[in-house]
Amino acid sequence: MAVDTIEEKLATRHAQSQLEAKLAFYKRIGLIGLIIFAVALPFLVSDFRTFQFTRVLYISIAVLGLNILSGYNGQFSLGHGAFIALGAYVAAIMMDRWGVPYYLTIIPAGLIGFIFGFLIGLPARRLEGLYLALATFGLALATPQILKKFEIITMGVQGIVVDKPEVPFGLPISQDQWLYFFTLMILLVLFWAARNLLRARTGRAFVAIRDHHMAAESMGVNAGFYKPLAFAIGGAYAGVAGALATITIQFVAPDSFGVFLSITLLVGSVIGGIASIGGAIFGGIAIVFIPNVAEEISKAAPWAIYGVILILFMYAMPSGIMGFINMLWRGYVKRLLTRT
Amino acid sequence: MAIAAESIGGTPNPNKSFGTILEVRDVVVKFGGIVALDRVSFDVPEGLIVGMIGPNGAGKTTLFNCLSRLYEVDEGDILFDGQSILRNQKHQISQLGIGRTFQNLALFASMSVLDNILVGAHSGSRSDFFSDAVRLPWVLRENRLSHARARDLISTLDLEEVAHIPVAALPFGTQKRVELARALVSRPRLLLLDEPASGLNHKEVDLFASLIRTIRDQNNLSILLVEHHMGLVMKVSDRVVALDFGRKIAEGTPAEVQANDSVIEAYLGTVN
Repeated sequence: MAVDTIEEKLATRHAQSQLEAKLAFYKRIGLIGLIIFAVALPFLVSDFRTFQFTRVLYISIAVLGLNILSGYNGQFSLGHGAFIALGAYVAAIMMDRWGVPYYLTIIPAGLIGFIFGFLIGLPARRLEGLYLALATFGLALATPQILKKFEIITMGVQGIVVDKPEVPFGLPISQDQWLYFFTLMILLVLFWAARNLLRARTGRAFVAIRDHHMAAESMGVNAGFYKPLAFAIGGAYAGVAGALATITIQFVAPDSFGVFLSITLLVGSVIGGIASIGGAIFGGIAIVFIPNVAEEISKAAPWAIYGVILILFMYAMPSGIMGFINMLWRGYVKRLLTRT
Repeated sequence: MAIAAESIGGTPNPNKSFGTILEVRDVVVKFGGIVALDRVSFDVPEGLIVGMIGPNGAGKTTLFNCLSRLYEVDEGDILFDGQSILRNQKHQISQLGIGRTFQNLALFASMSVLDNILVGAHSGSRSDFFSDAVRLPWVLRENRLSHARARDLISTLDLEEVAHIPVAALPFGTQKRVELARALVSRPRLLLLDEPASGLNHKEVDLFASLIRTIRDQNNLSILLVEHHMGLVMKVSDRVVALDFGRKIAEGTPAEVQANDSVIEAYLGTVN
């Protein structure tokens, strides 16, 4: 390493911190721009499209939960749809049976997802990688039939229909628009919480366990607690997503929570960028819109097109859309650095 | 320090006038039929650097892993500050005040240097997931303290230029310094260094030797050092313990151990 004078060192450090401040400013502007766009979106498109974007939002919440569990903590789950089912039924039963207003079902659905997630996470501690994926796949397989079996609670195959939420405070918007904003608010809170969590002690413990289990424990991280905790948080996010699904679609039935839902979530997670927060949004977009696009391209064989799109995505962006964006961003920063 | 080392003498001092931070008592570890450690006993007196030497397979790393509770001890006891650690789980060891580095590096590859060091601060902090998620003020305060300590070590160990770079991209010698910083950030009272000089070049080894002593003096640490590099062990250690085939074959000052026949035999083979 070349020996710089102190003045040179200070000068480069000053330039660096200026650059960092500038980049942080750009990022903040970009984020505010995105939020403004998200708020404006339902006024720019039809009610049906708004409904689709509401689905994107709550699916993104579930994908974020999966990202925390699989991307940050390294525990692969092929059964995350089970937690969505749980939250969806908690909300449906509360609204239909007990007449609870829709907005009061979100927190119970999250809490029950959290508790159930923690309980599933306890035996999962003994399973690594593929074995855990298989065990959780079993969870996904069992979910629809369990829901059908407990007919007294879940109404079996017939499902539960709930009322569409009214627009509150006499706001001059449609019901679909209101649902979109309701979901968006919850998404913003949960994404903010995830970002805080992942940047703090808990998030570092999650990643440390993923990167080097033994070293993490030697640093004082109790993996026996943090691994089920990651499951619990993933379960809570999926539970909230499930409740929002019930409220948005106003209907739950066992067959919407099968194996395909769980696999789709993992697909969305990987396409978006599994160890990222922002990637969850792209994952949600991919999950909702790729089947649409596929169907528009070929009515006869949409799944063939779906498959081809997946292959192309993985080929072009092996670390997901967020990984791709980060790569472009790093390239930009590097160019700025060489210019100064 | 030289006086301290001498007054303790060759055998453990029952009066503990200097305080003994670590006592290893007749430790036996068996892997199947193989006895990896055979009634090994020695002390680490408070404030001293104890070097542990021995040929490959002598049981040095096995002993380290017992101290970290990664391996179970079959017989004997290990006391830290007078308390047995054998009832503690592996994640509780760093909280007791025992920090360590690993022989073949065990960093968190995807994390930056700063984040790696901050994981080291895990045991010294207590924020929970909910307080983290909603950024409660006390968590932010705790986080600032951890960051400040990490920053201090980053400058002490000359890691400023790479603080935000993922560790996997760094040269071996730099990664070793990151491990050292990660072990130090929790302010341990006893530091276990497993072959800190392996893979370092001559110049780096010399720098490391003075670094270890400086760190010890600044942080009031006791250090147990496993090392193949004889030069380093003899230079920095106050006392040296020699192992061979799981047994302690010598203990004393560096000069004494260096002159010990069993040690010479273990390293060079029997002279016919």
